Amino acid sequence: MQTDTKSKIDQTTAPSGTPVTVLRFEGDISSASKDAVIGSYQTLNKATVKTVLLDFTKVEYINSSGIALVIQLLMEAANSGQKVLAFGLSAHFNKVFTMVGITKYAGLFPDQAAALATV
Amino acid sequence: MTTAARTTTVEVRLPSRLGFEKVAMSTAASVAKLMGFREERIDDLKTAIAEACINAIEHGNRLNEKLSVGVVLSAGVDALEIKVMDDGKGMKSLPTKPDIDKKMHGEEDPRGMGMFLIQALVDEAEWVVGTNGKGSYVRLVIRLDKEEA
Repeated sequence: MQTDTKSKIDQTTAPSGTPVTVLRFEGDISSASKDAVIGSYQTLNKATVKTVLLDFTKVEYINSSGIALVIQLLMEAANSGQKVLAFGLSAHFNKVFTMVGITKYAGLFPDQAAALATV
Repeated sequence: MTTAARTTTVEVRLPSRLGFEKVAMSTAASVAKLMGFREERIDDLKTAIAEACINAIEHGNRLNEKLSVGVVLSAGVDALEIKVMDDGKGMKSLPTKPDIDKKMHGEEDPRGMGMFLIQALVDEAEWVVGTNGKGSYVRLVIRLDKEEA
């Protein structure tokens, strides 16, 4: 009954010239989203991908199990020396991510351009 | 919603299957909107009630689809009370506040944030164990701001 999560991987370049990988999520992020969140992240080449953007623009519902998957992704990224930024969260989920402390490990930005400007 | 000082009650029964918490979310959002809550508070309520239902489905009823989760929304003049009921034994103790540093260093389960979010997003939250240790509920209260009421 849980809604599927879709994920898509894009490549882009920051204004600084740094290559950036974007994980774009769509749908709900819940306990059923492990493949979409962790699975898609784990397909990235840790030797070459140094900056990862998480796009939540098309995500409407995130529960605590989904937030746990995001934290798991951040753990793996930190262990691989990757920088993670996120954008496109609603005002409510920006607040929730801030409340649980995610902002300490991933910057939150309103949109992709704002996130890329900091890379 | 009329201004009469009586309480209006809406009840929903959910199967113990993850995903059905969204039925409670949309019902609560509709009631809160009728009461005049701001969108920001409705979003807080939706997350709190979703987490309460997920706890009831996963931990209270242990995903047993023969059991249902009861959700009772009681709309008063200046507050909305929500009870989310399951057939579990309730919480022995409330979990501590999640520590992102411990989670990031693998010293704490990345999960376990639901009750923290509930407490942080509503005005009152209490976990009650039913008589005979069976059947427990969480009671949430969200109040209308003076500008909303």
